Amino acid sequence: MQFFLDNIDLFRDAFLNTLGLTFFAGVLALVLGTVLAGMRVSPIAPLRGLATTYVEIFRNTPLTVVFFFVIFGLPQIDTVLPFFAGAVVAVGTYTAAFVAEAIRSGINSVAPGQAEAARALGLTFSQTLTTVVLPQAFRTVVPPLGSVLIAMAKNTSIAAGFSISEVSSLLARLTNADPNDLLFILLGVVLAYMVITVPAAIALNRIEHRVAILR
Amino acid sequence: MTSAATGDPLVRLTGVNKWFGDLHVLQDVDLTIDRGEVVVVIGPSGSGKSTLCRTINRLESIEHGEITIDGTPLPAEGKALAALRSDVGMVFQSFNLFAHKTILENVVLGPVKVRGKSKAEAEKRARELLDRVGVGHQADKVPAQLSGGQQQRVAIARALAMDPKVMLFDEPTSALDPEMINEVLEVMVGLAKDGMTMVVVTHEMGFARRAANRVVFMDGGRIVESSDPETFFTSPTSDRAKDFLSKILNH
Repeated sequence: MQFFLDNIDLFRDAFLNTLGLTFFAGVLALVLGTVLAGMRVSPIAPLRGLATTYVEIFRNTPLTVVFFFVIFGLPQIDTVLPFFAGAVVAVGTYTAAFVAEAIRSGINSVAPGQAEAARALGLTFSQTLTTVVLPQAFRTVVPPLGSVLIAMAKNTSIAAGFSISEVSSLLARLTNADPNDLLFILLGVVLAYMVITVPAAIALNRIEHRVAILR
Repeated sequence: MTSAATGDPLVRLTGVNKWFGDLHVLQDVDLTIDRGEVVVVIGPSGSGKSTLCRTINRLESIEHGEITIDGTPLPAEGKALAALRSDVGMVFQSFNLFAHKTILENVVLGPVKVRGKSKAEAEKRARELLDRVGVGHQADKVPAQLSGGQQQRVAIARALAMDPKVMLFDEPTSALDPEMINEVLEVMVGLAKDGMTMVVVTHEMGFARRAANRVVFMDGGRIVESSDPETFFTSPTSDRAKDFLSKILNH
């Protein structure tokens, strides 16, 4: 216990790193995932193909491999990202594939008549998507999207393997230094993740109820 | 009240053919609708009347033929098609009000997003239209809080807010409880009297008699008969129309 408390500063910094990774990767995944979902339902075939290819590649590649590519592969083509930014890109682009699929299922759940009515008014495809279809799609995908984002928060732990001092990296580091405090360190790590994911789950639940549509 | 038929064509379908897979749903359809004319399209289910209505704003594409609106051929897609659709009002069988928006927002959306009107201007006009169709006091509710008849009247106001050249009605009363049909038909009769060009797919023969300038009878993807309502209902020429009328008018 004492050893754990002595290293509380390390914990604080690692926690902030995990929080930062989760936040920035989450924003990237949501934005990119929404764009990909829009592309997958677009009337333009090359856009659909591109988005489908993206989703299949990232959904079927282990996150560790994506990390390897971003941290060690990109420098080979003269693109060197700082470790933290690289981790955000790896987790964000990977999770975007799952976000896209969740949102696409939401798009498919919107009654076709909604888009037809929008098109009949003279709205373009992108106006129809952004003002009528996506706002309704988002509402139905809050629960699956929440699961995707919570999984993403935990997936940031892969960054530990790539020189980023985030919460999971402390496990190896501190237990090597003092194996006697293993249980407290484990508990601290688990709590750190829960501090992020539990409020996120509560917030998502609130959002779900607030935006529910009367049908 | 047969007054229209101005001899000034607004919508013109020429040699229109459409297939759903192997099913030839529209066969060599020629139809011209004059400015200010009210055309009622009737026929048995599966006759292609709804499809015909939906081709006029290209919610259904066609394989052969040409459709022009006010002299302009329907563009295939993109912004030009969107612009042309904005001049063609459409009222659906299932209302299709935007479920996540209030009644007022439903009516304001098109004018603001498509016509570029200011929000204040669009809202003022929307409230006038909602009053006109008798649902002005419901402006802040969402569609699901309204009855079917009220929703359909909002849908009419939403279409009118675009100041369309022509209005398409695709079975506007078929999804309504019987006691709500008349409130929607009253609004439509009012529009017809005000000189709106209308294409109405319906089973409401009373509306056809009261408001139509012309009745078009379809069967098997073809226009079988086209005449003024009085002639059509009292002395139809085709056997198919006689058979259809005998089934729907005798009870």
